[in-house]
Amino acid sequence: MADVVALIALIIDSAIRLSVPLLFACLAGLYSERSSIFDIGLEGKMLGAAFAAGAIAAITGSAWMGLLAAIAASSALALLHGFACITHRGNQIVSGVAINIIAAGLTAQLGASWFSQGGQTPSLPNTARFLPLEWPGAEALAGVPLIGAVYSELLSGHNILVYLAAATVPLTWWVLYRTRFGLRLRAVGENPAAVDTAGISVTWLRYRAVICCGVLCGFAGAYLSIAQSASFIKDMTAGKGFIALAALIFAKWRPVQALGACFLFGLLDAVAIRLQGVAFPLIGDVPVQFVQAVPYILTVVLLAGFVGRAIPPKAGGVPYVKER
Amino acid sequence: MAETAGSPAIRLDGISKSFGPVRANRDISLAVEKGSIHGIVGENGAGKSTLMSILYGFYQADAGSIHISGRPANIRTPQDAIAAGIGMVHQHFMLVDPFTVLENVILGAEGGLTLRQGMDQARTELIALERDYGLEVSPDATVSSLTVGQQQRVEILKALFRQADILILDEPTGVLTPAEADHLFRILGQLRDTGKTVILITHKLREIMAITDKVSVMRQGEIVDTLHTKDVSLEKLAELMVGRRVLMQVDKQTVDAGECVFEARDLTIAKAQYVRSLDKVSLRVHSGEIVGIAGVAGNGQSELLEVIGGMRSDYTGDIMMRGRTLRPAISAPDAIRANGMAHVPEDRHRMGLVMPFEASENCILGYHNEDRYQRGALLDRAAILSDAAGKLERFDVRPPNPHLPASSFSGGNQQKIVLAREFEHDPDFLAVGQPTRGVDIGAIEFIHQHLLDMRARGKAILLVSVELDEIRALADRIVVMFAGRIVGECLPSVSDAQIGALMAGLEAEPGV
Repeated sequence: MADVVALIALIIDSAIRLSVPLLFACLAGLYSERSSIFDIGLEGKMLGAAFAAGAIAAITGSAWMGLLAAIAASSALALLHGFACITHRGNQIVSGVAINIIAAGLTAQLGASWFSQGGQTPSLPNTARFLPLEWPGAEALAGVPLIGAVYSELLSGHNILVYLAAATVPLTWWVLYRTRFGLRLRAVGENPAAVDTAGISVTWLRYRAVICCGVLCGFAGAYLSIAQSASFIKDMTAGKGFIALAALIFAKWRPVQALGACFLFGLLDAVAIRLQGVAFPLIGDVPVQFVQAVPYILTVVLLAGFVGRAIPPKAGGVPYVKER
Repeated sequence: MAETAGSPAIRLDGISKSFGPVRANRDISLAVEKGSIHGIVGENGAGKSTLMSILYGFYQADAGSIHISGRPANIRTPQDAIAAGIGMVHQHFMLVDPFTVLENVILGAEGGLTLRQGMDQARTELIALERDYGLEVSPDATVSSLTVGQQQRVEILKALFRQADILILDEPTGVLTPAEADHLFRILGQLRDTGKTVILITHKLREIMAITDKVSVMRQGEIVDTLHTKDVSLEKLAELMVGRRVLMQVDKQTVDAGECVFEARDLTIAKAQYVRSLDKVSLRVHSGEIVGIAGVAGNGQSELLEVIGGMRSDYTGDIMMRGRTLRPAISAPDAIRANGMAHVPEDRHRMGLVMPFEASENCILGYHNEDRYQRGALLDRAAILSDAAGKLERFDVRPPNPHLPASSFSGGNQQKIVLAREFEHDPDFLAVGQPTRGVDIGAIEFIHQHLLDMRARGKAILLVSVELDEIRALADRIVVMFAGRIVGECLPSVSDAQIGALMAGLEAEPGV
């Protein structure tokens, strides 16, 4: 019994760690897409941020400087996207894809030429990383059944970015539904003309949304390279930006549901890792590749069948042209 | 710069605005009295909307000045306009569909960084406004769940909530039922009585006559006259608008109806087990005859046109051309055309035209496989262009440029393109839906004349329209539809009351 509890606690614990970057990226996408700027470039922004965090943390020796650099890099890419899509009314998908390609190429190239470690950034000492925070009494309670598992494994022992991610969910909900900015953000994604005639600048509003997106992607990237791992590795986002996008659709562009969706995808990932090398009854050994593919297959299945009709913001993907 | 008593609510001096070579507004001077309803009429493209957009800060005038209540106003953005006390109800509502009424009203005037306090305050104000002006809508209703008339009330509330003293309404009745329009006019009357100034932009002259105190007529970017409504007649207004005498009633020569060209027998569409959107509709149209189908919108007229146009095959019954039955299976639009039938669909944007396509391409849609447009395996662009140029000229499409996309023509000219395409293929039978919906008065006359010409040439025409006046003016026989059935037939000369009773489904056969 205790073994099962421990195993479940372990899987959930790992699911939390895996869903944090998804959650940051997903909420980032939420801000952008609610303002009707589709963002397929979450992946690229995360990757750019992860590289900036890894590189700057390695140079300065400070995790916080790394985080700031991540936010700056990601925001710069977000502004590039905004410049193409808002100011110049470009195609949002093309711009997003371009950002993904730029980020993938540039991080590998800069990494290789700056640090000469085959595209990696130098391995960080613990002082330059966000380390797990032990909650008071976690050690003592670890032995207590159930409560110990929940408190010591699940609540305690995460780095600060995990808690920040969790806090971002209610924050986003509050911003979206209880503030002026949120009301306007939701409105501009549905009918920008209504926002314009109400005397609000559509362009500035969308830029602010895109900046929010950049900042949150910065957190997602920093988490990957200086919290979860100890260095930037080439292509380390490995499609997480796209999974986050899938989670966003799954959550129908709502923050609390986004938390659920991201945790589900994190859980699938965690289970897949656990299942590697486990022999199933009747089936026997399942190839590692198949187990690794399970979250992605489920993503497709979930999006195809279980979401129901996901109605995106009505003005999504459409540049605003004043016409009269 | 104190407010001068008796100064007009709005004074425009020498406003001009050009878009490239097009002079949308030329030297416009206008004064709108406080506490009045001022109508602005003009054909589509006369510059009404441009003028109002300048007033609302969407555009900047190239020259001229604006005074609001005697004070010079520099209106550069909608925000400036709102601050100057101008509210606008747009033709296409500027509402956020998934939002509640309250959220729509406070958008842009939230009263703080967070919503709660402003929302509570706005709710109280909103309820007071609704009570004062008879604008009943629930503050918590979602806009998408409201009727069009209610949505318009939300737009008016938005303006009043921002303390607008001057309310501009752009074609407000285009989307309303007659009852809703009456309600709107009562509201506007009330607004005037409380000292608000209302500017009503419309091309419907009856509305001008019914509700305005003064009226300005615009033509080709200029104000040609401003008159007291009570001193002017409908005919005079129409003449000012178009710049020449307009026949409000087209001359209809008698044409002897010939043989039966088109016949529909027992057309039925079962929507659900007991619901039929078409129920045993049988009718005949003879050569040299226009049969008008009257009825309140949504009583099966659209379905009937779709069946006849070959756009649906889920019906039972027969369609016959000159005694030959067309099978449902082959009644695709292609086969319809091959049998000498033509269809002018009700919705030209959705069915009649491909909006981003050039006029020349729209002129051959559906007929593009004809030999005369081919050169080997390719389309013969030169032939198509010269063909289109001829059509545009004969149908007086303005501008007669076959390269322009359909979307850049006005509604009336778009409709003329559709008519040119269908009429010039010389069909024996024409099914025409809402030929003048959203079309300005000069073009209406032109289209009516063309329909009568086709009739004089011995064509059989089925005319579906929600404008009873139009049907009366053109049709030789009127067939009334209600709930998918033909409930009666009468001559165009019967009284409104009689047709109205049929349209409302009160099954009194009028004595024909």
